[in-house]
Amino acid sequence: MSAETMLGGRWRLHPQVALRPERFGALAYHYGTRRLSFLKSRRLLDVVEGLERARDVDGACRAAGVEEAELSSYRRALATLAETGMIVPADAIAEGAVA
Amino acid sequence: MKLVDEFELGLDAPICITWELTYACNLACVHCLSSSGRRDPRELTTTEAKGVIEELERMQVFYVNIGGGEPTVRKDFWELLDHAAEHNVGVKFSTNGSRIDVDAAARLAASDYVDVQVSIDGATAAVNDAVRGPGSFDTALGALERLAAAGFQKPKISVVVTRQNAGQLDEFKAIADTYGAQLRITRLRPSGRGADVWDELHPTPEQQRSLYMWLLEHGDEVLTGDSFFHLSAYGEALPGLNLCGAGRVVCLIDPVGDVYACPFAIHEEFLAGNVREPRGFEGVWKDSELFTELRRPQSGGACGSCGHYDACRGGCMAAKFFTGLPLDGPDPECALGHGEELLAARGSDVAIPAPAVDHSRAKPSRLRPPAKVCDENPLADFIASEA
Repeated sequence: MSAETMLGGRWRLHPQVALRPERFGALAYHYGTRRLSFLKSRRLLDVVEGLERARDVDGACRAAGVEEAELSSYRRALATLAETGMIVPADAIAEGAVA
Repeated sequence: MKLVDEFELGLDAPICITWELTYACNLACVHCLSSSGRRDPRELTTTEAKGVIEELERMQVFYVNIGGGEPTVRKDFWELLDHAAEHNVGVKFSTNGSRIDVDAAARLAASDYVDVQVSIDGATAAVNDAVRGPGSFDTALGALERLAAAGFQKPKISVVVTRQNAGQLDEFKAIADTYGAQLRITRLRPSGRGADVWDELHPTPEQQRSLYMWLLEHGDEVLTGDSFFHLSAYGEALPGLNLCGAGRVVCLIDPVGDVYACPFAIHEEFLAGNVREPRGFEGVWKDSELFTELRRPQSGGACGSCGHYDACRGGCMAAKFFTGLPLDGPDPECALGHGEELLAARGSDVAIPAPAVDHSRAKPSRLRPPAKVCDENPLADFIASEA
């Protein structure tokens, strides 16, 4: 599955994940899996924090000021966060599908 | 800028902290890096320790590695564990297993925020007990059995790699599999009482090379605390953050509240301050002279011109310091052998720094043998990803 099809629809931060802003971007820590991830820019942090307010990931990227030419690299970063459970589809939360 | 370069300039708060809760210990391991044994009367009170936890929550330090000494001998151990869980500070604690009875195992199995790490330093009782004391192997395995029986998921088995157990890595892995545990192997440092036995216990260059090959093959299945980053100079980088995080992304809080740059550097030279100071831990982390200095860009010194400097970044500061080597030169276990050369060239009059504090119950029975030029071999968690 490509990053783009995988990232369809509305997404959000997993409820057990905390974000800590840093000069280079942010740390994301998942209390459930004890996994630590590094967001490598402040803009990516803005994107992740804005996921829930946007219709889809591209919308969240644009709202955070990501240029069209950079969209694919942001999608890749978000796909990595999705693979490790840091972000989850928003409806999965609503349906109680996320442990 | 690469992430590792960012980390070397320091973060607003540590990624994780090692917190030795007490110097008291019912064992007397020959290589104890905190020279533990007797409790220190100045150790943090329950209220003070809770205050530190609350501060860590404010700073968003997501987890602490609790050790000692044997942390479970503190009367308020469980109370502090609960306090950490209530304040979103995840805990992994190290134990020799002696206090993990059936009740403790059940209590741990019921908690989401606590991870347990049981130490063994040999895959057989003979190898383990020679370092950790008689009966300590059976004690540790008993704790692992009780944790498994209680349904505790995936405890860690923590091994310090020595010359005596370096050939047992597959056996350690098998023990971990037996108990549904994850294996964690870390480097022997010449810190604390480890300084007295390092010459005899630290792996030979041949063993280091085999260890490196083993880590390349099994690196994804075992935890290492990224402690073998100096071996990346053999070639391909090992998984993890290959850098010295001392005072930049990690630090140590000792039982009396002293803050040191790293768990392996309990010495005045690496003492940044104390959590009892008016601005607390945060003040020490953000503004201490020592940490500010450590966060300045490093030149690499004598290693700067080496083609492998990007891989090993000069190795471990504590390992150099406690073997009497200059901090801006090679690690004593430099993969290219430069450390061995320097160790061999040390005169018998070399000033080797003694640990700042010693809580050993008896003076170590073995004294450091002088480094001789004629010695045959003159010579030790987190899952991270980037987005």
